[in-house]
Amino acid sequence: MATPAKNAKVNPVSAQTQSESISDSHKKTTHDISGAEIVIRCLNAEKVKFVFGYPGGAVLHIYDEIYKQNGFKHILVRHEQAAVHAADAFSRSTGEVGVALVTSGPGATNAITGIATAFMDSVPLVVISGQVPVPAIGLDAFQEVDMVGITRPCVKHNFLVKDVRDIAATIKKAFYIAATGRPGPVVVDIPKDITAHKTAFHYPESVEMRSYNPVLKGHSGQIKKAIKLLLEAKRPMIYTGGGLVLGDGAAELVKLAQTLNYPVTNTLMGLGGYPATDKQFVGMLGMHGTYEANMAMQNCDVLIAVGARFDDRVIGNPKHFLGQKRTIIHIDVDPSSISKRVKVDVPIVGHVQSVLADMNTLLDLEINQADRPIKNDISDWWSQINEWRSVHGGRYEMSDTVIKPQYVIEKLCEVTKGEAYVTSDVGQHQMWAAQYYKFDKPRRWINSGGLGTMGVGLPYAMGCQFADKDAQVACVTGEGSIQMNIQELSTCAQYSLPIKVILLNNRYLGMVRQWQEFFYQNRYAESYMDSLPDFVKLAESYGHVGMQITKPGDVEGALVEAFAKKDRFVFMDFITDQAENVFPMVENGRGISEMILGKSHEEKK
Amino acid sequence: MKHIISILIENEAGALSRVAGLFSARGYNIESLTVAATEDVTMSRMTIVTSGSDEVIEQIIKQLNKLIDVIKVLDLNDGKHIERELMLVKVKATAPFREEMKRMCDIFRGRIIDVADGSFTIELTGSGTKLDAFIESLDKTAILETVRTGASGIGRGDRILKI
Ligand SMILES: Cc1cc2nc3c(=O)[nH]c(=O)nc-3n(C[C@H](O)[C@H](O)[C@H](O)COP(=O)(O)OP(=O)(O)OC[C@H]3O[C@@H](n4cnc5c(N)ncnc54)[C@H](O)[C@@H]3O)c2cc1C
Ligand SMILES: Cc1ncc(C[n+]2csc(CCOP(=O)(O)OP(=O)(O)O)c2C)c(N)n1
Ligand SMILES: [Mg+2]
Repeated sequence: MATPAKNAKVNPVSAQTQSESISDSHKKTTHDISGAEIVIRCLNAEKVKFVFGYPGGAVLHIYDEIYKQNGFKHILVRHEQAAVHAADAFSRSTGEVGVALVTSGPGATNAITGIATAFMDSVPLVVISGQVPVPAIGLDAFQEVDMVGITRPCVKHNFLVKDVRDIAATIKKAFYIAATGRPGPVVVDIPKDITAHKTAFHYPESVEMRSYNPVLKGHSGQIKKAIKLLLEAKRPMIYTGGGLVLGDGAAELVKLAQTLNYPVTNTLMGLGGYPATDKQFVGMLGMHGTYEANMAMQNCDVLIAVGARFDDRVIGNPKHFLGQKRTIIHIDVDPSSISKRVKVDVPIVGHVQSVLADMNTLLDLEINQADRPIKNDISDWWSQINEWRSVHGGRYEMSDTVIKPQYVIEKLCEVTKGEAYVTSDVGQHQMWAAQYYKFDKPRRWINSGGLGTMGVGLPYAMGCQFADKDAQVACVTGEGSIQMNIQELSTCAQYSLPIKVILLNNRYLGMVRQWQEFFYQNRYAESYMDSLPDFVKLAESYGHVGMQITKPGDVEGALVEAFAKKDRFVFMDFITDQAENVFPMVENGRGISEMILGKSHEEKK
Repeated sequence: MKHIISILIENEAGALSRVAGLFSARGYNIESLTVAATEDVTMSRMTIVTSGSDEVIEQIIKQLNKLIDVIKVLDLNDGKHIERELMLVKVKATAPFREEMKRMCDIFRGRIIDVADGSFTIELTGSGTKLDAFIESLDKTAILETVRTGASGIGRGDRILKI
């Protein structure tokens, strides 16, 4: 295939960071200022609102300048991993670039999990790390680590700045690269001596890079082909992912889908890209997707993938998936996402928003032509889908004595009217949150899909709460995951964040236990969480409200009570059914239409 | 199948490690890699010899294009091209081998560029297969040392990789 990424022109309208009119004096100085002050001025020029960070020797000049400014607020976390996660969630929930600041050596290495997490889910971040002074680089200096080397495989790009005169242009590029094309984290590593050196400050207005010109507009010929295929489909399916959310294309997608009246499924990363309460929505697909979504995915004749990357958790066994013939249209900004795991018929490289808008325009034209049927009739396909819908339908067994985790999420959705920001950690609770909370809007569901990082939940909630201080923010977590960044309870106290932690406490590393039950004959090796803290007392020790809920009858009342405490952080410890499993499930190596639907391992369809 | 991929890349610190890192992280194989600045010293030209199925080569090209520092990528195998590699071989030049080495060198159009008491150093350029053939045709016991640059490649005629 040709490689359009390097040669195509940038659409000047959408190149966000490029051509803002600039009168602000803070973008230029006539006198020399320190590198540290330049860093601050750059962040102010980018209109950064929050910097999540943690100080240390190599960044002390920068912190001294932070002390003197009030352009952005610095948030002091309790561990650098959490700084990056919080910046990441700030970005996921707002669409703006998240910013984190860490010191050299251990500060930098602590940030790695956060950076890799953002990288796997294509989240735009600028992470500034301190570095030992230039003359000390390579000498195994105190707190030296090769940050550019260590982050290279998990960043979109990184820079080591070796001259104070390069700081401003580098930071400008970092923001531009992070936010455009397929977004991602960019690291800027700045040696301490460079932050002390002085030069005049000039923040460039635009970025011109001969080696980086992301494509925005889709090829019109390909778009025409796609519309034709869609209108002729007998069993069409729309499959959207994180790219639709990241690219803010949800409104265009809703228009397209509703004009056509075609079924829509979302990946775990794409939830909220299409309103979950709409009748055309068939739920999430994949390993823990709904029966109807997976069946429709497998049996459709024309599939359009929008900002989704045919992940192995989504299509199951590729051989099985490809065993069924279907025509595939794929929209993605990143050419390398196309035909990587699944060969597609109509690739469209471009930004979701622009491509979908072009498709809608074309579709309106087609439909308004008098000599055609107004719409493609797919009522047979819908009958089939509705039949599939009734097979499992997200049912789970209720109990009067023990709290079912799914029930907690259903009630959470009701109590928050489906409008909360819901962050989650990684495990069974994550899947239940994805399945039972109905997201009608994009950027409300914040979780780690690609790297699957336990410990993101609480810092993610912090990032969302800072971004929208009056919003309801719920962190759905497990007793395993929450302990991976539990120290952030302290940050939440310092900044009075009214987050609600929904701990689905099953006293197990539940997702691991489920696999051990299914595939290792109930040998629960190291998946039991012994010696758990008293979470109520723990929360209280930080000055938060702690609640423990043990009876199904108390779930709703407790949630109402907690969310009524609008200005308090409430830690809700729900003691849930230890034996509950996530269904439906596609076992590793199976096709997506070969799901296990229920309690008994044998209950397959 | 073997492919020769030409890359124009910003001549920046770490650019080489980004390319090498990409190949190792994604499990692509590198038979050889050569790199040097171009006539415009802000850019380097790299030639990578790799192999893989069409799908793998397509991914390699896309992934290379995705690197921020990469300016242009060309799969030379998409069209007519020329491939050249330089090899230096030090061989025994003692009595039984001396004439034979001169003869082989002539046949392959090599040059003897260093003569010592018991050895010659032969310089040879050509395609990888030609260099292989030369090594094959030498008596193995006569070879003291070999060093090869790896292939450089360029398109024929008006196939030009430039910005
Ligand atoms: C325990 C666990 C279980 C999981 N189970 C499931 C499951 O059952 N189902 C499921 O779906 N996932 C599941 N996942 C998540 C899975 O691992 C992947 O992270 C996820 O499926 C990838 O989502 P995506 O395809 O939407 O791609 P993303 O990772 O969101 O990638 C986005 C794609 O969109 C492109 N893009 C970005 N911006 C734009 C733009 N502006 N315009 C156009 N394209 C753009 C990118 O290039 C990329 O190709 C699970 C994860 C965990 C941890
Ligand atoms: C940092 C990290 N380590 C290990 C894992 C593997 N892992 C995935 S889910 C899981 C169990 C999570 O337990 P818990 O947080 O209690 O959630 P539950 O599954 O019980 O809801 C583990 C260990 C991971 N995803 N991340
Ligand atoms: Mg658990």
